[in-house]
Amino acid sequence: MSSSAPEHAASAPQCLQLNRFGQLRHFLSIEGLSRELLTEILDTADSFIEVGARSIKKVPLLRGKTVVNLFFEPSTRTRSTFELAAKRLSADVLNMDIRTSSTSKGESLLDMLRNMEAMASDMFVVRHAQSGAPHFIAQSVTPNVAVINAGDGRHAHPTQAMLDMLTIRQHKGSFENLTVAIIGDILHSRVARSQIQALRALGTPEVRVIAPNTLLPAEVERLGVKVYRDLKQGLKDVDVVMTLRLQKERMESALLPSEAEFYRLYGLSAEKLRWAKPDAIVMHPGPINRGVEIDSEVADSPQSVILNQVTNGIAVRMAVMSMAMSGQMAEMAASQEVRP
Amino acid sequence: MKLEIIGGRLIDPSQGLDRETDLYVEDGRILALGERPAGFVADRTIQAQGCLVTPGFVDLCAALRSKLNARMATELKAAVKGGITSVCCPPDGSPINDTAAVTSLLREQARDLHLARVFPVGALTQGLQGEQLSEMFGLKAAGCQMVTNMRRPLGNNRILRRCLEYARTQDLTVGFCPEDYSLAVDGCVNEGFTGTRLGLNGIPAVAETLAVAEALLLTEDTGVRAHFFQISTARSVELIAQAQQRGLPVTADVAIHQLLLTDSVLDSFDSSYHLHPPLRTERDRDALRQGVRDGVIQAICSQHQPLELADKQAPFAETVPGMIGLETLLPLTLQLVEEGVLELQRAIEALTVGPARVMGLELGTLEPGRPADISVIDPECQWVLTEKTLLSACKNTPFLNQSLTGQVRYTLVDGRLVYEAESK
Amino acid sequence: MTSLINVETLLDTMAEEIKAVMAQRGISDPVLVGIRTGGVWLAEYLHKKLGLREALGELDISFYRDDFTRIGLNPTVRPSRLPFETEDRHIILVDDVVMSGRTIRAAMNELFDYGRPASIILAALVDVGARELPIQPDVVGRRIQLEPDQQVKLRGPDDLRLELRQKNATTSGP
Repeated sequence: MSSSAPEHAASAPQCLQLNRFGQLRHFLSIEGLSRELLTEILDTADSFIEVGARSIKKVPLLRGKTVVNLFFEPSTRTRSTFELAAKRLSADVLNMDIRTSSTSKGESLLDMLRNMEAMASDMFVVRHAQSGAPHFIAQSVTPNVAVINAGDGRHAHPTQAMLDMLTIRQHKGSFENLTVAIIGDILHSRVARSQIQALRALGTPEVRVIAPNTLLPAEVERLGVKVYRDLKQGLKDVDVVMTLRLQKERMESALLPSEAEFYRLYGLSAEKLRWAKPDAIVMHPGPINRGVEIDSEVADSPQSVILNQVTNGIAVRMAVMSMAMSGQMAEMAASQEVRP
Repeated sequence: MKLEIIGGRLIDPSQGLDRETDLYVEDGRILALGERPAGFVADRTIQAQGCLVTPGFVDLCAALRSKLNARMATELKAAVKGGITSVCCPPDGSPINDTAAVTSLLREQARDLHLARVFPVGALTQGLQGEQLSEMFGLKAAGCQMVTNMRRPLGNNRILRRCLEYARTQDLTVGFCPEDYSLAVDGCVNEGFTGTRLGLNGIPAVAETLAVAEALLLTEDTGVRAHFFQISTARSVELIAQAQQRGLPVTADVAIHQLLLTDSVLDSFDSSYHLHPPLRTERDRDALRQGVRDGVIQAICSQHQPLELADKQAPFAETVPGMIGLETLLPLTLQLVEEGVLELQRAIEALTVGPARVMGLELGTLEPGRPADISVIDPECQWVLTEKTLLSACKNTPFLNQSLTGQVRYTLVDGRLVYEAESK
Repeated sequence: MTSLINVETLLDTMAEEIKAVMAQRGISDPVLVGIRTGGVWLAEYLHKKLGLREALGELDISFYRDDFTRIGLNPTVRPSRLPFETEDRHIILVDDVVMSGRTIRAAMNELFDYGRPASIILAALVDVGARELPIQPDVVGRRIQLEPDQQVKLRGPDDLRLELRQKNATTSGP
């Protein structure tokens, strides 16, 4: 088995996420990643699903490696999935919950990271309220530490997008003939941005967003989506319905009058789901606001694949973490060879 | 002191001059152009063959103080190295320039340094808080030509109107940094496709244009002289052009980087491009360029903002906006000429007599009798901007380690050499 | 590049030897596991020859390789498929080429993570020597000595044949 550069290396420009061979070394956003690489992530995740079905759900890939969960935004779900994924790869895991308002003792983010390095970390999993924070960390820490983005501001949530893609692939086979609709607060959603990018990169011919103007970001159509403000029109002929979480703060910022009105116009009830194709699947990144984004009836129906999304989450994170660690080590090995 | 500058290409847009000729200086003033005056024996001769000889530049917006390192001394050294002989510094900083005492202090500090001239811009309201009028008579008496409230909001439009009326009484120009506070709050990039892709809060163009329109109507209503600092949108240019056509006393300037860069450079969350006003679209940039060509925009400034390393080393939205610009103003302006965006004469005009007139200063000119503020420039010289070559105490610029063309060889203020480049 | 021995003839002999080992140990109900990719092709043939009732297992050892730290993750990894419990079963493990012994170690580690087998019989088509670990096949098709610049590879899945050829890039032994 050789370690020569894979075929998609040529399509990777000076992208922070890729090493000199075009392999993943940081996983920061879907942007800039080729269809081949994204497919490789999905295929690798498939293997890890199989691992999760055994009695011993561990493989020794990251044994001896230290993974630090740097969560600047609280999140029990995502963090525990990453923790579980790291442990199933036999890594040592350190959890750091940092209050968003300030790092303790007024330490700057950069200083705090430098102290982390002193603890010989091999990988950071970062969730932060600011867009671009994982990019900043990837650029500022030593080149050897792989950075995985667990969600940054409104920018990206690439592991969520990939587990959604895996779920879609499991139920629909391929992306080539799909019409996918994303409903809800696109403006504030890092999940939606990553989902749109992943769907487009994997060849989905039609991606739609359905939302009122106040919840749509500027020039969103330039992301490669068709914009609908009407749910009925937007759901016609749709194969995959992806709903987004609506946060209560939106009602307070003059973006929406009330949850009730949002539910009337964009909430997914069983009746409205019939506007989509009869075999359409329904997805939600969780946690669900029942009766706002989606009815209990729909969430628990056979068309809902929400529970699959949870299982796939661990497998996708295992895939991304092992690929990034692998890419980092390949880069380190290569840069040492070059030195005279 | 008698000084002569021989063999250079003299460009003085204030006199419509662009020819190879000689210049003579005596007692701090321009004595003559062309033939050597009878009996004139120079104490110092500057050979300017192959160089441009222009009035010293007047920079309408350069912050000279930063939290830690940058002080007037280092920044004024940087200014004269960049060929800038007059600097207008904004009223923010510590202490805020809202009294005659602070203005006098700043001018005295500058005078003692014997480098570039400093023309402080005063605060429109006390403490820039937007509630109480500042002592504008005192500010004017101490030497301010202009007052501004920067980007900070006024309590309400009634207060703003009264500020304008009072400024008019004191014959002060009011500088507007046009931005509607509530539309811009929390934003750090242009609202548009780039902001959407990067998930960063946007400042919509209408935040600026709304404020421009409001300011123009109040300018018309109160009769005050108005100047718009660092406009960034196409529509602003349009609105200002219309007002000028209607005879309103309105001027505008643009930051040099707005004429070169657009928000597409923000791809990698590079905080050195975090600026305020933000970099906008190509369409805006093209309109700003046209605005300079047409004379709707009278001046190009550096918008120099020295920032410490820590201010820029954080996730994008948490960084402080701004870049240094005193030492790159010239080469970047020459780049615009090189790319055919501006004629050389127009470019020099926008750096010299254009801004001088905005400030009501009898500078930016090589007319005989005027103070001898002069820049001698090698327009072909290629050099690399590095942390070592930068005289500014702060190094926050995206042009670091880039190759630039055009460098100042000599700078004179009041006929004195305040900067001389090392000979090669 | 030369096509050597008739693979099917070798496999027929190996099948007889496997039956002999099973008889010796009193094993009656084994399961068959092939190591991807070559081992799986061979196991398919042996599966028919041995007339086993249970479906064949396929093992992908990518996650158990001991050189992950040096060469990283194989981009074409696919899930292992074992359609039976390994706990307390007798396993016939099949691979095409045994050299350093590391692939077999990885395969055994993985099998144990599925569940503790009762025993493992290792059958290899080709043994080229050059061990780095104390691992020996119980049944071997053919022992071959290689020149330093040679390698042997199984071609398939139809028309199974062994290829002897010059090494191209640096590869790690199976």
